[in-house]
Amino acid sequence: MAVWDPFREIEALRREIDRALAQAGLGPAGRWPLAFLPGRAARQYPLVNLYDDGANLYVEALAPGVDPDRFEVTVTGKTLTIAGEKAGLDGIPPERVHRTERAAGRFVRIVELPAEVDPNGVSAQYQHGLLLLTLPRASSTQPRRIAVQSAGRGTRGRAG
Amino acid sequence: MAEPTVPRAADRTATGGEPTRSEETYIRPPVDIYEDDRGLVVLADLPGVEPEALDVQVDRRVLTIQAQATHPARADAVYREFALTGYFRQFQLPDDVDAAGISAELRHGVLTLRLPRIERAQARRIQVRTA
Repeated sequence: MAVWDPFREIEALRREIDRALAQAGLGPAGRWPLAFLPGRAARQYPLVNLYDDGANLYVEALAPGVDPDRFEVTVTGKTLTIAGEKAGLDGIPPERVHRTERAAGRFVRIVELPAEVDPNGVSAQYQHGLLLLTLPRASSTQPRRIAVQSAGRGTRGRAG
Repeated sequence: MAEPTVPRAADRTATGGEPTRSEETYIRPPVDIYEDDRGLVVLADLPGVEPEALDVQVDRRVLTIQAQATHPARADAVYREFALTGYFRQFQLPDDVDAAGISAELRHGVLTLRLPRIERAQARRIQVRTA
């Protein structure tokens, strides 16, 4: 906080631009709405959405076809790691395969969270191919609402 | 447009024909298709789809997979990489598929369709009679 870090500034600006583009439907989310294949490209997998309601952070990861037991979700401070394995067409001879578009294999994604979370309170649910994580903010990073005091009536009258 | 289960050499033809359905409104789900001893197996990734929101039809040898995905209601989005809408894809099936025997299963966001072959008449030996 105290030291000015130009790289952090650049990173913040880049995110700002990405967000603006995404809202205009031009960013990565807008242009590649179908990009949820793992492995095929050097794309990050799984894709995630992040939500914040002040008390909790919510992460939604798009990872269909994963055995729930094969997920490894770890949290340390502000870093969330989602790892797992998606089963492919193992043991099927190639001459019997018509199409293989659902790329498979192991994946790891590290997500930098906007706030520190309490690792003991994290819960995960796997629903219809979406991994849903609820991450309570660490109590020290919960935003506190500051009451704004007004100077009261009559200020204007006195000044005039 | 219905696709063959085995992709054509050039999957995108240069005919310039456009599908009537606008492409932004749905996602073409990725699929794996293979044959086993009983017939064809189609696996399709449909994350976010509940069983009630899925519609699979076979009509005149065209398989149609149609589904609507929903996000669970959440707080304000801070960062977004994907949005879920509908899924739509069609395949041209081989003519020996037994439409009545098709079974579908949706599990962890993956649809498994089993399209059995029609039981072929048993190979029959023809008796040749001599005059």
